[in-house]
Amino acid sequence: MELAGLGAYALFFLNLVGIYAIMALGLNMQWGMTGQFNIGIAGFFAVGAYTTAILTTGPSDNWLGGFNLPFLVGLVGSVLVCLPIAWAVGRITARLRTDYLAIATIGIAEIIRLFFLNEGWLSNGTRGIPGIQKPFGVGNGGYLIVVAAFVGLTWLAVEIARRSPWGRVLRAIRDNEPATAAAGKDIARFRLQAFVVGSCIMALGGGLYAHFVGFVSPEAFRPLYGTFLVWVMLIAGGSGNNLGAMLGALVVWLIWSSTEMLAGLVPTALIGSESAFRVFLIGILLQIILVSRPQGLLPEKRPPMPGERGASVGKGHSVRD
Amino acid sequence: MIEFIQLLINGILLGSILALGAVGATMIFGVLRFAHFAHGDLMAIGAYFALTVVTVFNLPVLAALPVAMLLTAGLAVGIDQVVYRRIRRVQPVILLIASFATALVLRSFIQMVWGSSNQVYQTGIQLPWRIGPLTLKPDHLLIFIAATVLVIGVHLFLTRTKMGKAMRAMSDNMNLALVTGIPADRVIMWTWVIGGALAAAAGVFLGMDTRLHPVMGWTLLLPIFAATILGGIGRPYGAILGGLVIGCAMELSTLIIPGSYKPAVAFAIMVVTLIFRPQGIIKGSV
Repeated sequence: MELAGLGAYALFFLNLVGIYAIMALGLNMQWGMTGQFNIGIAGFFAVGAYTTAILTTGPSDNWLGGFNLPFLVGLVGSVLVCLPIAWAVGRITARLRTDYLAIATIGIAEIIRLFFLNEGWLSNGTRGIPGIQKPFGVGNGGYLIVVAAFVGLTWLAVEIARRSPWGRVLRAIRDNEPATAAAGKDIARFRLQAFVVGSCIMALGGGLYAHFVGFVSPEAFRPLYGTFLVWVMLIAGGSGNNLGAMLGALVVWLIWSSTEMLAGLVPTALIGSESAFRVFLIGILLQIILVSRPQGLLPEKRPPMPGERGASVGKGHSVRD
Repeated sequence: MIEFIQLLINGILLGSILALGAVGATMIFGVLRFAHFAHGDLMAIGAYFALTVVTVFNLPVLAALPVAMLLTAGLAVGIDQVVYRRIRRVQPVILLIASFATALVLRSFIQMVWGSSNQVYQTGIQLPWRIGPLTLKPDHLLIFIAATVLVIGVHLFLTRTKMGKAMRAMSDNMNLALVTGIPADRVIMWTWVIGGALAAAAGVFLGMDTRLHPVMGWTLLLPIFAATILGGIGRPYGAILGGLVIGCAMELSTLIIPGSYKPAVAFAIMVVTLIFRPQGIIKGSV
């Protein structure tokens, strides 16, 4: 590959890493901090991507559109549309065991995908919505700056949240729910807040994705790309640690891209389907991480308490209950 | 009215397939305390095991069924030993993630070995029986009878054998069961055997009714969980009832809304259950 080609690929690669990093940060808010098992990331991802696609594209007879709104309005729209959906899902499951949240989220994700697949008037069905522009007419290089800025802002926001009293309550709920309830905290309310905030961050990632790829169709929001990869990223990077979530996005996307080459080396006669082989590898990788190093590459560190000085490295949370 | 009865027949058929999946899922839920997300893909791989037996030995599907059930039960126990057993003590939710990964590994394994196109057990058209204005495929009757036999078998296992009673005890009250000296590891192993075998049967019946496809199980996962929750978690009889209700509701819903939204109907019933009666019809463990 020539140097220019390599550079172009690096830009493409880093853009996607950034977008996935935002989604991993959103998941970290839900799982890493609060212990909520959301496996419907793809649904919020899709809501974000479709909302901005509909808001910012030009008029067409094939789907609801023609608003021609600017980029930032599209992103704000993504977050606003996601809000009531996340609230409803969170509200129903906030008082129940986390398994219920898992089942409810995967259900809502599949239904959102079915909805975009079947409601052609809204989303152009399987053909998808093309022609979503990048803002200010930038290319991949310029867009990388936009994505990086959003990654930075999101990271700042979730990091401030993590160190705040609010973040402490979330971790307390995660580590010991009865004790937190005994301390007088409204567990269901805090859970709901964390779930909604995390889901909206995912929708933001979806919006950025739509503008980067320029095209959305239901195919992109299958559980594999939308949900599973983000989970592998967070678990591999270190759940509870925001830097870990972003590092995980980089490492896993690197592995995911290189499995493409690895799968290319194996004769197709042996494996039948290349993409299936890649999923197989990444699934095995996740199992190995879970069994051997469940705390991830960068384990969680407890942020210093107010008034506490210096780096107070907590014990992390190798065992949570 | 005729259309209604026809859809009801289809619904009972789908319901018995869902019930077989849900009984396994609910028992795993009850005994191991986690939602097994690979259950749908366990169904799919069972169906594909049967396909291999059918094509290699040229046997009828029902003869391949026990082989598929045995292989899938073995696979389920194997997965438990290699993956789930090691992380059982860490945290229940880690098990959920691991089962999610297992689901994808199984599905991609199916795609790698058997390919990702649609396949059928038997080619050619089966002439349906016509009873007045209703149509019934011989396969449907076969599936219904076989599913009933399996459900009765599970009932006998749970009520007449020591292992079955131990399983219900663990599902009812884990701590109380453990102090009475129930061998937890063996109960867990048998839970996987039953769950895997029933999942394989459900997958084979689904393949007979429609076609084989790598995501065939995944698409039924949500209705299966809906049946599990509706029936009450850890309640095998509730799961059967839940499966039938969800199956009929999904089929009958096509009278009003487009058929592609069938999974949404299962989801809606589940949400209503979660809001008004989270413990399910037969009181399960929340």
